[in-house]
Amino acid sequence: MEGEVAQLALMGKYIGAGLATIGLGGAGIGVGHIAGNFLAGALRNPSAAPGQMANLFVGIAFAEALGIFSFLIALLLMFAV
Amino acid sequence: MATEEHGSGLAIHPMDQFVVKPLFGDGPIEWYTPTNVTLWMGIAVLAMVALLVLSTRRRAIVPSRGQSVAELFYGFIHKMVEDVAGHEGLKFFPYIMTLFMFVFLSNMLGLIPMSFTTTSHIAVTAVLALLVFLTVTLVGFYRKGIGFLSMFWVSSAPLVLRPILAVIELISYFVRPLSHSIRLGGNLMAGHAVIKVFAGFAGAMGIASVVPIAAIAAIYGLELLVAAVQAYVFTILTCVYLRDAVGDAHH
Repeated sequence: MEGEVAQLALMGKYIGAGLATIGLGGAGIGVGHIAGNFLAGALRNPSAAPGQMANLFVGIAFAEALGIFSFLIALLLMFAV
Repeated sequence: MATEEHGSGLAIHPMDQFVVKPLFGDGPIEWYTPTNVTLWMGIAVLAMVALLVLSTRRRAIVPSRGQSVAELFYGFIHKMVEDVAGHEGLKFFPYIMTLFMFVFLSNMLGLIPMSFTTTSHIAVTAVLALLVFLTVTLVGFYRKGIGFLSMFWVSSAPLVLRPILAVIELISYFVRPLSHSIRLGGNLMAGHAVIKVFAGFAGAMGIASVVPIAAIAAIYGLELLVAAVQAYVFTILTCVYLRDAVGDAHH
């Protein structure tokens, strides 16, 4: 009985960690959206594009941060819980 | 692949490369024990000194190769700090330059086969990010006094929304060091683990291992890009955070 509960908890842990990685898909959508829109804008006005590179990277970093939180939850489930 | 090895895992475990080992013997690790982390951090600092101090010792109008590289880095970071953090932020240029060079060289040195990537450890990046967080908070309160808190009170929003926005801004302010450190550590750890996973395939596939080895070469190229971009992102986010502390009141 004791062993079964531990097995079940382990299973839940692994399933939870796997589910947490779905969040990375959201980060992928966000980063792709930013990069795609940057490219669309840059092709319309190429002379203004180099000045916006810093904003591009900051935007990507912020979008990526939310995906990193799901990665963090996966790590916590795997190693800390 | 390698189904018979599932009990013991892959022949090359992808996480083995991140184990912190003492340099001499294999005793317990105390805070003063020299480990492979100490070694590779030291090498990164030595590389930084070699690149920025030794190569600019004999300066010339027509620069040598080393001096050109050093000037390239210097000019790049100087422009970034001035553009993002503003003219006042230039006071923090030495700190940001050191931060960038350390992260960049640690990332690059970590890509040498058999070396150790110090910045793939959350403990290392967390210290760097916490120092940035403390610097920004202390400098913000020192320069603006209690007015620094007006950063959380978004005066351009409708009055009803402001308390809600204040809570959100406060939370996002305090998760900054977390996302700042895990972004760098997580990206590098994931990249290096992927390389090792493919290396494990190469060991198990016999003659067909040409495919994973070619994939490793491609991923290695990507990792070079990631190493540079993550150092850049870490530094530019430092500048963005610093702008809150030293920037103009209307910003």
